[in-house]
Amino acid sequence: MTPTRKRRLITILLVLAGVASAAVVASFALKQNMLYYIHPSEVLAQSLPPERQFRLGGLVVNDSVQRAGDSLAVRFSVTDCSAVIPVSYDGILPDLFREGEAVIAIGSLNADGVFQANEVLAKHDENYMPPEVAETLKTAGPACAESALDR
Amino acid sequence: MNPIVRFIHQTGSPAYFYRLSGRLIPWLWAAFVPLAAWGLIQGLFFAPTDYLQKETYRIIYIHVPSAWMSMMIYAVMAILGMIGLIWRIRIAELLAISCAPIGAAFTTVALITGALWGKPTWGTYWVWDARLTSELVLLFLYLGVMGLYAAIDEPRKAARAAALLAMVGLVNLPIIHFSVEWWNTLHQGQTIKLIGKSTIDTRMLVPLLVMAVATKFFFAANLLTRARNQLLHQDRRKRWTKAVLGGEPGIGEAAS
Repeated sequence: MTPTRKRRLITILLVLAGVASAAVVASFALKQNMLYYIHPSEVLAQSLPPERQFRLGGLVVNDSVQRAGDSLAVRFSVTDCSAVIPVSYDGILPDLFREGEAVIAIGSLNADGVFQANEVLAKHDENYMPPEVAETLKTAGPACAESALDR
Repeated sequence: MNPIVRFIHQTGSPAYFYRLSGRLIPWLWAAFVPLAAWGLIQGLFFAPTDYLQKETYRIIYIHVPSAWMSMMIYAVMAILGMIGLIWRIRIAELLAISCAPIGAAFTTVALITGALWGKPTWGTYWVWDARLTSELVLLFLYLGVMGLYAAIDEPRKAARAAALLAMVGLVNLPIIHFSVEWWNTLHQGQTIKLIGKSTIDTRMLVPLLVMAVATKFFFAANLLTRARNQLLHQDRRKRWTKAVLGGEPGIGEAAS
């Protein structure tokens, strides 16, 4: 390699190193802001003020979904396996919404500690399998899969 | 001379590159068409239905290969740009800049198919989570590279400026890849893992991998075609171009 090319290579490597370290610093500084949602135990630990908007993410607790007979109003609980937050929502739930699966609810906590959601999104996981395979796995699955959260 | 060095020197010659790529392109298309046809038919019609997402999941056969290509093409573009910056090889500069529109197209396909997938599964077309946002930034980087190249009149200078921008944007690739691990996102985590067990049924995985290979051939064929056109356009007054296009013997032919 000629000296000119070596100099160019070193310049390029320095630029790359500079940009990479800037990106690392920036993403560390923005770590909290980059989170799209927070888990119930983080919500309870932070004791957020009422009416403050945020996104709550977790698993829908089994057998917690209660629908009103005459409207779209629905109540369910969201958990991260250590804390539980009740959620109330009035609207159409996405197709993939079901008990034991992850959801993200957007809204705020009211004074009674109930999360009033304006929007509910279903978070699908990274598992793809035919129904017959899912059927055999289901019998062995735990009631609250910790691993199901961070996916 | 070392055969690798000789190959690099030969491919660096415009006339040689023009003829070599001309011979390769039909083979690349010949590899792409059957692979993509098999992958799509197998994926869209014969792969088993997903237990949770039902038929909606089949968009992975377009979405996932496009998203992979959007990142791979960016890496290829940045590396070619770097080679162009250090060794000032004109063919490398041309190839680098020819990557940008193809990469931008794949990024757009990944974003649009993702949005169409998002509506029925998540309940929304778009959210500003880390994965979606960083992929959108990738699209803007591609557009930035194309815009910068087009804004400078002198092609060699333009290619160097664009290469520098492409290199700086390289930092976005690990962010896209690891966004689903580092931060909570609405987007799902990695399904296909190089290390460890992939969480997808094998019958669903095979067409996906075939599509991933097919898109590589599609990219290579497109890349070479674009680079050839650029080269012919820039060298339209050169003797080798006349020799190649006019059929009369010239310096391009003499090299072989």
